[in-house]
Amino acid sequence: MEERIIIVGAGQAGGELASSLRKQGYKGRVLLLGDEAHPPYQRPPLSKGFLQGKLSLTELYLKPLATYERFDIELKTGTRVEAIDRATKEVSLGDGSRLAYDKLVLATGGRARPLNLPGLEDARLENLFSVRSISDVEAMRGRFVPGNRLVIIGGGYVGLEVAAVAVQLGLHVTLLEAAPRLLSRVTGPEVSSFIERFHRERGVEFRLSCEVRGLELDEARRQVRGVSLACQGAPERLEADLVLVGIGLIPNTELASAAGLAVDNGIVVDEYACTADPNILAIGDCANQPSAYTGGRIRLESVPNAVEHARVAAATLVGKMEPYAAIPWFWSDQYGVKLQMVGLSTGYEQCVTRGSVDGKEFSAFYLKDRRVIAADVIGRPAEFMAARRLVSSRAEVDVTRLGDAAVPLNSIAA
Amino acid sequence: MTKIKFIEADGKEHQVEAQEGQSVMQAAMDNLVPGIVAECGGFASCATCHGYVDEAWLKKLPPPDSAEEGMISCAYHVQPNSRLTCQIKVTPALDGLVVRLPVSQTSE
Repeated sequence: MEERIIIVGAGQAGGELASSLRKQGYKGRVLLLGDEAHPPYQRPPLSKGFLQGKLSLTELYLKPLATYERFDIELKTGTRVEAIDRATKEVSLGDGSRLAYDKLVLATGGRARPLNLPGLEDARLENLFSVRSISDVEAMRGRFVPGNRLVIIGGGYVGLEVAAVAVQLGLHVTLLEAAPRLLSRVTGPEVSSFIERFHRERGVEFRLSCEVRGLELDEARRQVRGVSLACQGAPERLEADLVLVGIGLIPNTELASAAGLAVDNGIVVDEYACTADPNILAIGDCANQPSAYTGGRIRLESVPNAVEHARVAAATLVGKMEPYAAIPWFWSDQYGVKLQMVGLSTGYEQCVTRGSVDGKEFSAFYLKDRRVIAADVIGRPAEFMAARRLVSSRAEVDVTRLGDAAVPLNSIAA
Repeated sequence: MTKIKFIEADGKEHQVEAQEGQSVMQAAMDNLVPGIVAECGGFASCATCHGYVDEAWLKKLPPPDSAEEGMISCAYHVQPNSRLTCQIKVTPALDGLVVRLPVSQTSE
């Protein structure tokens, strides 16, 4: 019988894996199962162009449906995998049917972390949103009308990107962040204060060091009317027409756990994307993988990681075995200004900036032992590419020259 | 339909039918052309859809904007005729376009 690979999850990782298998010449059957109604689509534009109405649904799709047919990728949307039977090498689906696999790849991604506040358990709130899927954005877009009051809980990239779109569309936006500064887990204070100022100048209000105490609901418990909070201890109440929660992601590891696979902040895999079961792999946001860059283990929530990890898995499945070695990178777009980040700044000893922190074009380099371990590049795309090289080469740098915008960045490595 | 030919670094050719209005990168993606990664999905943020456009065709294209120029300037395996294929829009005038692909989009 023809060999069959089943991919669970038709997100960016799953979609890329199906394509990569064909690109790498895999001849067996490829089944791509997704629980949403859509073929694989891009998530980054959900909080930007798609929310703004600048991108259509089909422009979000990574490939037209005809492509899957033409390359013999069996795409089954609206199909939920309920369980894995490792002994019989089968998955069972929501409709009770079972599908046999030779190799199984879990590309199950993650879901938005819900707001954990007492008293909301039984409420079905129509104006409380998160941004993870097309349907999330479709549900909230109708309320993005001038004058509406939007309260955003969480000062990470999703919250900030939605804030940017919302003020541009004429909403009143207040963003609440528990930490004393924005993006505190992923960037240094210099970039945090730049981003904060950038948004304030365009009308976004902030409450930092803010604790959300509760949501006020209408009598039917269907609408949020207000948010009560305490900002540095001072209580406050904000009226809200809609509330967005952007407080991170929970990896979808339940299927793997129930099947007895190791899970520790993600499904545990090796550098070839393999779990301990030789017939099961895991990729993308849901996978916890060894990182050549950190020397430890890592679970990354990013498109570049999903794409690269899928390519690694495809190589493994066709027997080429190419270990994952990419350096993490991320990007964001707010008010048309591009933010590009490479590496992870955790544990940096020194931050060197280059360019004008007061303008809207500068780079921040994070150093440890005189080597650049990470960089945030704002509005300077050429520097981003050079920064990627500095991070990947781990070369020692001259700090004075690094901070001098007149010195070409690609000549910095000592 | 606009025909575009992609040639991988090892010489393997892929003739595709591109749709007007889509990007040259998307035409490659729709046809599973190996050698184009397109990590960022077409927002000139990653330079992994880099291709070489023949000199004669290059003159017919709108020049790169500053974002594309910046990304290209430090991409891998750059040549004077390097472009980001995500920034080139397919028009009937591009019928017959040939895009050669670098050895790698992500490393030296």
